[in-house]
Amino acid sequence: MLWAQAPAPGLAAQQPATGSQGVQSERIARLEQQVADAKFSADNAWMLVCSALVLMMTGPGLALFYGGLVRKKNVLATMMQSFAMMAVVTVLWAIVGYSLSFGAGNSFIGGVHNVFLHGVGAQPDADYAATIPAQTFMIYQLMFAIITPALITGAFAERMKFSAMVVFMVLWSAVVYSPMAHMVWGKGGLLNASLGGRFPTLDFAGGTVVHVTSGVSALVCALYLGRRIGYPKSPMPPHSVVLSFIGACLLWVGWFGFNAGSALNAGSLATSAFVATHFGAAAATIGWCAAEWIRNGKASALGAVSGAVAGLVAITPAAGFVGPMAALAIGLIAGVFCYLMVAKVKARFGYDDSLDAFGVHGAGGTIGALLTGIFASSAVNPIFKDAHGNTLASGVIEGNFRQLGNQFVGVVIAWLLAVVGTLVILKLVDVIIGLRVSEEHEIQGLDLSQHGEEGYYFEVSA
Amino acid sequence: MTKIEAIIRTSKLDAVKDALHEIGVEGMTVLEVRGHGRQKGHTEFYRGQEYTVDLIPKTKLELVLADELVEKAVQAIANAARTGKIGDGKIFLSRVDDAIRIRNEERGETAL
Repeated sequence: MLWAQAPAPGLAAQQPATGSQGVQSERIARLEQQVADAKFSADNAWMLVCSALVLMMTGPGLALFYGGLVRKKNVLATMMQSFAMMAVVTVLWAIVGYSLSFGAGNSFIGGVHNVFLHGVGAQPDADYAATIPAQTFMIYQLMFAIITPALITGAFAERMKFSAMVVFMVLWSAVVYSPMAHMVWGKGGLLNASLGGRFPTLDFAGGTVVHVTSGVSALVCALYLGRRIGYPKSPMPPHSVVLSFIGACLLWVGWFGFNAGSALNAGSLATSAFVATHFGAAAATIGWCAAEWIRNGKASALGAVSGAVAGLVAITPAAGFVGPMAALAIGLIAGVFCYLMVAKVKARFGYDDSLDAFGVHGAGGTIGALLTGIFASSAVNPIFKDAHGNTLASGVIEGNFRQLGNQFVGVVIAWLLAVVGTLVILKLVDVIIGLRVSEEHEIQGLDLSQHGEEGYYFEVSA
Repeated sequence: MTKIEAIIRTSKLDAVKDALHEIGVEGMTVLEVRGHGRQKGHTEFYRGQEYTVDLIPKTKLELVLADELVEKAVQAIANAARTGKIGDGKIFLSRVDDAIRIRNEERGETAL
């Protein structure tokens, strides 16, 4: 077995120096086995590190990023919403989530073959990743399933009941996330690009699965729950841009696990995705800051880190398909585009997407997914092959104009699923529990009213 | 006895403190406060949303002095805190009936 322990050193030396062909081929087979074992160990080590990096994006990365953006009476409640996903989605994933996402099923959703992680062990699942245990693949994918609903919490920050939030997220994870993950990444999925989907959508690390679904659901939540009391008349500036700054920096680092890890091995594709990720973030930082500088006369710290996150979002679907120069272009476009979404579009329509989950993730994910169809390069990743194994063009720049159409189908399906799924779940939870805290509790702050504690007990007046 | 409450620019605190020490003022209480008089606030931008901050951070000094020191202290504060621009602050004076040193219950000016 590939994952068996490597033979003890010195074993090869005990082989007779001369011998029949049978002995020689046996020795070659043993060496090949050792090479395979070494690759297996290397890939597994990388993927376990990536899994931890992606978890770090939710806690503390996103928790700090969002926590700093709210008023101080809501800091713990906001951080708790992210942290709760680390517990709740994990249990759900073990019971049914993984199976619904990656188990064999139909075009839209996985089956129940892997419920309770049945059959998910040391043996690799060659359809997904041939050189790591299926259990490593499972835990890696879990970290994506955790951060995706956590991203939504930015839209209903400072006004949703904790109980309603937990129930909403459990349902959302099963009804929106799992089907979308299955369609794009699962075997037999409608949009799967490498396992024979009907509309092969290029989504390397979750532009549609993670960012479009969460961002669009966030917009639906913001519209359904309505504005915070006082919005937009009363000022609600971030209580600590410092926390958000640290959080965003952790997100940037964690994103290497998210995107480069999506190569699912430690080979050169991981490097390529790592480079594209970094370049995308850098260019988007510059794009956002430049737009802000022109419009307000200053480049802000919050703008810089928000731009970086927007770039990371947009490069996510493209990371393993584009070269460094395309990554710069995608980042730059996303930085300017997302700035305009949060600074102009939000103000014009007046929805209270409190922490810009839609403006950054929904908008950035959508534009990133479409730009992937334009910039995808078969030299970086020869994903499409004809019947003879020859590499076909990937994106529009290589002449594959149909890919933009496929990307569009992927985006539209993600939008539809997010809108319909989120609306139905919100309605259901609203009827059973009620979504919003009382006016009194909202003014008091969710830290006290939902959790009975305060984030900053020893306050210094300032 | 007179209580002096002076609201000054935060950046002028050290200069005012030094000036008061020079004329022999031994104690004071300093508070970080927010407020505004005629000075307009400033605007801040967070992700393109504009916020007007009209409560400006200021520093407030409170001191209770024997009457003969009051006029010198007022001059010292005013001279040290002045920039000549709107936002330099204000000084308020009010009568104080009594003062008690908690340690030994001395009263009146000896308690200051």
